[in-house]
Amino acid sequence: MMDVADVLWRLLAVLLAFLLLPLIVGQAEHKAMAHMQGRVGPMYAGGFHGWAQLVADGVKFAQKEDIVPSGADRRVFQLAPAIALLPYLIVLIAIPVGKGDAVGQVVDAGVFFVLAVMGVGVLGSLMGGWASNNKFSLLGGLRTAAQLLAYELPMLLAAASVAMAAGTLSLPGILDAWQWWWLPWQIIGGLVFFTAGLAELQRPPFDAPVADSEIIFGAYTEYTGLRFALFLLAEYAGIVVLSALTAVLFLGGWHGPSDSELGWVWTLLKTAVLAFVVIWLRVSYPRLREDQIQRVAWTVLVPLALLQIALTGVVKVVIQ
Amino acid sequence: MPVPGSGLAKGLAVTLRTMTRRSVTAHYPDSLPQLPPRSRGVIGLFEENCTVCMLCARECPDWCIYIDSHKETMPAATPGGRERSRNVLDRFAIDFALCMYCGICIDVCPFDALFWSPEFEYAETDIRDLTHERDKLREWMWTVPEPPPLDPAAEEPKELGAAHKAADKLAAQQAESEQQAESDGESEPPRETGTDPSGPSATARDEQEGDR
Repeated sequence: MMDVADVLWRLLAVLLAFLLLPLIVGQAEHKAMAHMQGRVGPMYAGGFHGWAQLVADGVKFAQKEDIVPSGADRRVFQLAPAIALLPYLIVLIAIPVGKGDAVGQVVDAGVFFVLAVMGVGVLGSLMGGWASNNKFSLLGGLRTAAQLLAYELPMLLAAASVAMAAGTLSLPGILDAWQWWWLPWQIIGGLVFFTAGLAELQRPPFDAPVADSEIIFGAYTEYTGLRFALFLLAEYAGIVVLSALTAVLFLGGWHGPSDSELGWVWTLLKTAVLAFVVIWLRVSYPRLREDQIQRVAWTVLVPLALLQIALTGVVKVVIQ
Repeated sequence: MPVPGSGLAKGLAVTLRTMTRRSVTAHYPDSLPQLPPRSRGVIGLFEENCTVCMLCARECPDWCIYIDSHKETMPAATPGGRERSRNVLDRFAIDFALCMYCGICIDVCPFDALFWSPEFEYAETDIRDLTHERDKLREWMWTVPEPPPLDPAAEEPKELGAAHKAADKLAAQQAESEQQAESDGESEPPRETGTDPSGPSATARDEQEGDR
């Protein structure tokens, strides 16, 4: 049984990671995107290479007026950003960073818990879109709903394959059972999981719900100031969570070439690489159309995930 | 047949390759641009050359040049001669809010009173401040760069060519008259030596007409 100080210490660590990692991802996106597009990213805030850009952004957001459109459903409108952001914080608690009990809280049905809680984040965008009293927001919200419903399934199926392979739903349990040859074994599931997660985050190329050229900014059209910043933070926290989950489920988390006590370094490294891939994909690919997004989900990802489950089952039986 | 998905990989490769290269962006306020000497930044006025002929103001398509002047009469140069009148510039202003930087005023100026300066950082918060009066136009004059040297293979400018020809002719005449003086004795004064006012200008005109 953990004592109170231990619990507090763990919560504090998770909160710190929650506040810090998305900022690092955001900064990395500024610079990586800029270099990939052959231009200069935000350079001036702070001294060296504009390291304080995100701090400056935060100050700017905090200064802006907080507007609720007339005719909007006030309470729902105001609650939406919090609902979009909080699930990622809760998910972070359950992600094992290092060997043993280097985790906020060990949850027995970890995979189930994590995916269920992540599904709640969708609600934030939907609420924002519905409550804004704005047709662009409504369209964006409905697109979000359609997209997230479509991609929830392949994501769950891919995660289920790993849980099947390990014979447990607990995230640390999965990592304990993990072997290096799971990497090629589960690669299809990993790709499906990562792609579906990308779509859940509404990141490019799956950003039709926030398509700024068609529906302005989708469900977030009417948001200003801090509430808008919270939605942005939710996006970057989502990148962190998705990368960490993919690293834990498919890349072996704290397993590394040197199986030492420094397992958490491996987890963070894999997470960082995946977060970079998220940014990289954003720069490289054009936005998919709404119907293309649906087609990818139902005709590519779902069959692939089912194939992975079948493969996992066969190999599992053969091993035994 | 290309491998399915190879296009996606190619896209990723392109962005990754670009990332490893240095960007060529010019950091403008930190490092000033290297402007060519004939950049059209702002117009400088060399007031001493201006005769208030108004050609620039009349040719300006935007009508952004304002000139005020008055006439002054000067006493006759020789006793009993006619009084001279000359134009004195009171105001010369260019409204750069209207100017479209066509450079026609500079081209038409017959007395080389207007010049392009490469300075371009004169934004104002009030549009009225974009009307530059003569003091300011004079200040821009100091920023006008030296004209670039001629191409080494270029033919000589007409002015220089005309001057050289005139000088050669003059020297030849002088030599001729000296020879004549030597042969004729000292009594005869040298004829038409260096006092022919039509000499140089006539040759210059001939040269120009011959070119056309």
